[in-house]
Amino acid sequence: MTDATLTSAPAGRATRRGIVRVALRGLLYLLLALFVAYYILPLFVMAVTSLKSLDEIRAGSLMSLPDSASLVSWATAWSSACAGIQCEGLQPFFWNSVKMVVPAVFLSTFLGAVNGYALSHWRFRGANLIFALMLFGCFIPFQVVLLPMARTLGLLGLAGSLGGLVLVHVVYGLGFTTLFFRNYYVTIPVELVKAAKIDGAGFFTIFFRIFLPLSPPIIVVTVIWQFTQIWNDFLFGVSFSQAGTQPVTVALNNIVNSTTGVKEYNVDMAAAIIAGLPTLIVYVLAGKYFIRGLTAGSVKG
Amino acid sequence: MAAQNDAVLKIEGLTKSFQNVHVLMNIDLAIEEGAFLVLVGPSGCGKSTLLNCVAGLEAPTSGRILIGGRDMTDAAPKDRDIAMVFQSYALYPNMSVARNITFGMKVRGATRAEQRSALEKVAHMLKIDHLLNRRPAHLSGGQRQRVAMGRALVRQPKLFLFDEPLSNLDAKLRVEMRAEIKRLHRALGATIVYVTHDQTEAMSLATEVAVMEGGVIAQLGPPQQVYDYPVNTFVAGFIGSPAMNFINGRISKDGGAIRIQVSFDGATRELPADHYPFGGGIEDGAEVILGIRPEYVSGSDPSADRPNVALDLVPTLVETNGFDQHVNLAFGDSEISGRFSPREQIKLGTPVRTRIDLSQISVFDRETRQRL
Repeated sequence: MTDATLTSAPAGRATRRGIVRVALRGLLYLLLALFVAYYILPLFVMAVTSLKSLDEIRAGSLMSLPDSASLVSWATAWSSACAGIQCEGLQPFFWNSVKMVVPAVFLSTFLGAVNGYALSHWRFRGANLIFALMLFGCFIPFQVVLLPMARTLGLLGLAGSLGGLVLVHVVYGLGFTTLFFRNYYVTIPVELVKAAKIDGAGFFTIFFRIFLPLSPPIIVVTVIWQFTQIWNDFLFGVSFSQAGTQPVTVALNNIVNSTTGVKEYNVDMAAAIIAGLPTLIVYVLAGKYFIRGLTAGSVKG
Repeated sequence: MAAQNDAVLKIEGLTKSFQNVHVLMNIDLAIEEGAFLVLVGPSGCGKSTLLNCVAGLEAPTSGRILIGGRDMTDAAPKDRDIAMVFQSYALYPNMSVARNITFGMKVRGATRAEQRSALEKVAHMLKIDHLLNRRPAHLSGGQRQRVAMGRALVRQPKLFLFDEPLSNLDAKLRVEMRAEIKRLHRALGATIVYVTHDQTEAMSLATEVAVMEGGVIAQLGPPQQVYDYPVNTFVAGFIGSPAMNFINGRISKDGGAIRIQVSFDGATRELPADHYPFGGGIEDGAEVILGIRPEYVSGSDPSADRPNVALDLVPTLVETNGFDQHVNLAFGDSEISGRFSPREQIKLGTPVRTRIDLSQISVFDRETRQRL
């Protein structure tokens, strides 16, 4: 009775609050949709352009879907587009990149893990200094090291070779990989190492039997990070390669810049997507582990 | 304890310093086979550092460590014939219980058959047979502690080291595991060095207690001896709960009779101390601290032949725990605590007849704080 009259006023307020909430929510989704469009549009334009014929590109608008989708320009980009004087498409360079990226990612990740383990659980004299220097190494602009690195590669006899590129990427990836693993491993209790030492395990036994099995989350993070960095690198690729050892990023640049006569936008776009595809795939496959690994904290014993 | 050649663990002049901080100073210690030595002290007293030095996880600055008669000062942890149980259990999270226990054997190259038989024996002894395939993350705290002990037992070492193994358990489980450790100690005849900050644990487990303070061993002896005859006020205050009462007093010698004058509320009482064995004699007028355990402060009449004194004191706090009442009594500016029978009616603010049994007192020099 009296309850009814008492509740009616707040109920009115409640509906008004409800409307405001719905409106805010709508606004939020609208904003999110705008951001999504903003990020997806370039990819969309690239994808549709790569499927159109040159005539259609010239006639139609940038955003329209292709009248008849064709993969001709993808085939051209992959196997017959001209990068400079060589007209074999991206294909050979793509495999160069693969041959460079796989050992470079593996080595830099593995060495980073060993470094991180040593720095976090075998506190030797000067460990902090070494860690600080490695961190510093993360922030050196790559342009600064181009000349000394070229000289070093020359002395080692690795100039212009894929092996040389692998070495460069391993060296410049180490700072980051070490940082990742060290920060992950400091969350592992010291007593675990003590217990293993008493059990008779040495440096590498503890590493391989106890630390590595605990590491998948951070390994995924490091692999994604390194893969993206190395695959997408252009500066080192263009500086330390020669004809025949150029990675795909360099070839892409050459294809786009060395067309004679008509600019084949569809081929350029297809080539760019091909060059970017591996990193995209890595993110799609391992993205959720990436987030998980970044937020993964303590390992409870 | 006389140091013998067959001491399982012998520590000679052990010192550990970090830069200018002296964590351990000239520690001497020897324990025989089957001993249960508990290192007890407040945090920062160096007890864990001492244990880590024995384990070989930290290198001493100077001094020697002998295990089983052999100099192990510079030996690697794995070569010392020791096993250790940690406060955080330190189980390998990626391995099953069974593999946790046999990891050490595997590293040492024991055969599969050896591993299995040792595992079965230990698992049976600790009643963890049903847990062998589980991961540590799926165990309770008590189960993890059992597994950690299993890992130590499987080695059959000369010396077991326990670093606050019960501190992460809840109160009930702690008492259970304490009894379990004591049983294991007896069943195996093992030699154990055990670190804890909990004096109850020390008293109940040890055959020898070493009370540590500021990097030195203040007192080493059987628990009852440490409890009854603390060498200084630190040990007296640290061992025993509720803590020993300290009352300032002054010696008065009157002919052959030795008395301790205690002043409170403007009056002075003389307490008989003829029975107290003053080591090197005592001077008239010496300033002392009288130490009395709470259980000697109560309402019940002590047997007539014991020296005692009766006072009327005002209760300021009463804590009941079922089997007795722990009562704080105003005593001059300070308070003393006593234990009264639970049947006794005690009202805050109403003076209560209190008998202080003086048969088990400790007397300390007020300046040096050492036992007289």
